Amino acid sequence: MSKVGGVAVIRKVTLKKGLDFLIKNNTVVVFFVMIAIASLISDAFFTERNIFNLLRQVAGLGIISMGMLLVVLTGGIDLSVGSITALASVMCAYFLVSMPLFPSIILTVLIGICMGAISGYLVANRNMAPFVATLSIMTIARGLAFIMSKGSPIIAHNQGLNAFGSGYWLRVPLPVFLMLLVFLIVWFILKFTVFGRLVTAIGSNEAAVRLSGIRVGYYKFMVYCISGAFCAIAGIISTSRTGVGSPIVATGIELDAIAAVVIGGASLSGGRGTATNALLGVFTLGVIGNIMNLMNVPGYPQQVIKGLIIIVAVLLQGSGRKEGN
Amino acid sequence: MATTYRVEMTGIYKSFGGIHALKDVSFRLKPGEIHALVGENGAGKSTLIKILSGAYQKDSGIIKIDGKVIDALNPYISQKLGIGINYQEFALAPDLTAAENIFMNKLSNSKGVIKWTKLYNEADELIKRLGFEIDSRTLVRNLSVAYQQVVEIAKALSQNVTILILDEPTAVLAPQEAEKLFEVLLRLKGQGVSIIYISHRLDEIFKIADTITVLKDGAVVDTVLPSEVNVEQIMSMMIGRTITTMFPRKEAIIGDEVFRVENLNIGNKVKNISFSVRSGEVLGIAGLVGSGRTEIARAIFGADKKETGEVVLHGNSLRIRDPREAVRHGIGLVPENRKEQGVILNLSICNNVTMPSIRKVSSILGVIQLKKEKDIVKRLVEKLAVKTKCIFANVGDLSGGNQQKVALAKWFSADCRVIILDEPTRGVDVGAKVEIYHLINELAKQGLGIIVISSEMIEIIGICDRVLVINNGRIAGILEREDITEENILRLAIGKRTG
Repeated sequence: MSKVGGVAVIRKVTLKKGLDFLIKNNTVVVFFVMIAIASLISDAFFTERNIFNLLRQVAGLGIISMGMLLVVLTGGIDLSVGSITALASVMCAYFLVSMPLFPSIILTVLIGICMGAISGYLVANRNMAPFVATLSIMTIARGLAFIMSKGSPIIAHNQGLNAFGSGYWLRVPLPVFLMLLVFLIVWFILKFTVFGRLVTAIGSNEAAVRLSGIRVGYYKFMVYCISGAFCAIAGIISTSRTGVGSPIVATGIELDAIAAVVIGGASLSGGRGTATNALLGVFTLGVIGNIMNLMNVPGYPQQVIKGLIIIVAVLLQGSGRKEGN
Repeated sequence: MATTYRVEMTGIYKSFGGIHALKDVSFRLKPGEIHALVGENGAGKSTLIKILSGAYQKDSGIIKIDGKVIDALNPYISQKLGIGINYQEFALAPDLTAAENIFMNKLSNSKGVIKWTKLYNEADELIKRLGFEIDSRTLVRNLSVAYQQVVEIAKALSQNVTILILDEPTAVLAPQEAEKLFEVLLRLKGQGVSIIYISHRLDEIFKIADTITVLKDGAVVDTVLPSEVNVEQIMSMMIGRTITTMFPRKEAIIGDEVFRVENLNIGNKVKNISFSVRSGEVLGIAGLVGSGRTEIARAIFGADKKETGEVVLHGNSLRIRDPREAVRHGIGLVPENRKEQGVILNLSICNNVTMPSIRKVSSILGVIQLKKEKDIVKRLVEKLAVKTKCIFANVGDLSGGNQQKVALAKWFSADCRVIILDEPTRGVDVGAKVEIYHLINELAKQGLGIIVISSEMIEIIGICDRVLVINNGRIAGILEREDITEENILRLAIGKRTG
């Protein structure tokens, strides 16, 4: 009798351990569940063409989410990412009218950094709430995008840029490599550098970091600049893919980026989150959209379903956190 | 017929992560008595009252309230049973009026409408019952600390509290305010309320308590009547050892001046503070809570703005506008609030320890040299005897004493010349306390200048070479070694404020 009981206990313990593991790695679990569902539902999902299409579609969101992750880690939020992306898309095309490719890109990225720097200054030096500061920049940047483009898309004449947008290397779309590069940079920053360490620490406990003699303001300022730069890159990719600089691209993408880092287990109060998980969050969102497109789900129900899936993913994390403590 | 006790706790055990916070504690509270609970920090007083208020769950033991066994006590049930607790930190909403705070959980009638006139009248009456005249329309923010305390007690009474727990109520009060509080407590006692009174100030305990229970290291030493004992006997029960064994012998050689502060002023809080620290010297800053001690430390460190004040290190006048500049010049601060300011609970020991010296373990490009970092942290963790399995464990998983050692270790790695420690042993168990005293001693031996701010008299007396007593933001006096006595410090700290 007792022996049987013992086995049952062991089995229970292993089960509990396995469950703990799943909850702890819920981002990965959610991601693979989505993949599994997708491949069951549609034969078209696991085709090379579809996968690379999916990857190309999320390249911009992936890059933006990496910047968002850094901001969120400090306990902030960046609502201006979509507008800065649109402004960059417009400005890139605008510069290309009169300038070669390379300086156009540099100038566009600088504009992205400047927009981020304004948010960063307001948050770090003027103690403005990140939500409010970036909300203002969101409106300003979108407005500027419309002003510069006079309300309609600017056609971007540049073969090199267009070739990048539609190009492949080893059958993988080129923008995907750019996304992976940005991911690797952020991953490295968070894992191995002083910058990453302090960004995370500030989000955990700003007062303690300040009293350790760290320039908290500098790091808070920098994350918004980096986020701005990444948005600019996403904007350039958008122009390269469509061949036009459009003031209406990336509308609402800030919410997708926030959703991605949250699905990736980041805490909106700061201090918790990793680059890998945020990228998985991006992919998860991408897969959700992709399946629904393959199944011809119309746009409005898509939004409802996406919202529900985000709720479920984050609820899973909630139970994971309690287990952890 | 035997007396029914209001509260009868028998054989209570409670441990946190293998450390016994309470061992076989029994405690009885009679109707209408003031029962004092004394003991050093970490003796288990707070744990005991938190079990009674339902904030913690006992591991084993029996709790009877009014003769009935209560098995699962939680804050809600505890409140229903008439138990009210006033924590040291007030739980009031500063931007609401006194009346709103007092009736916080029954502001409106059943229809959800607030009748303001009635609310204010009832609040005024309640405050009057306590013997005070406070306009209940005043925002709590604008009340003095003593009056906030009255509001807090009135709040408890409005919830029909018949067992009132007060945790160090006089720590923030001036003597005449404390006298008023005692009147209130005696009046409540007359009305049949039972009071559990926690305080470090033995003189006031002898003044108002009917019974005294002494706790030490999580166990009850004895429960006595004030008429049977004297202050010294209580002291020795609390400490259980003589002071000389608790504090290390001073071996540091006191050298030249390292550090000097001149004419420090911060608004109304701190006025005209000048002092110096010599190498190898431990300078104590004593005074009541709220006298300006912490403000002095934070201003020196650049954490808060100061109006005037010069900070001189090794003869050079420094400009310190933020903590970064202080750290760069070799000044370290271990803040009083460990969990909020001293360490980052959800980061590893390793990340915490190298926080101030992160640039020293990284390349010019800002890449952290993980191996070097690990070696440094390992050495420090061993040196400071931080009890942990792994340097990558979260600081939040450590005990209070070990967390405090991590807060100290941060400055061991940062080449400091002056270290300011604000309440270095608050909430730390006795064993870790002794270790921290040894560490302070060792830092002094290395020639650093050390400033220790503490509310614990025996600590100041035991480890300091010189003591600066602050009263109401000014230096009330400086005591040298042989003059450092409890009487002298208290006399200066609470003495009449002249000019």
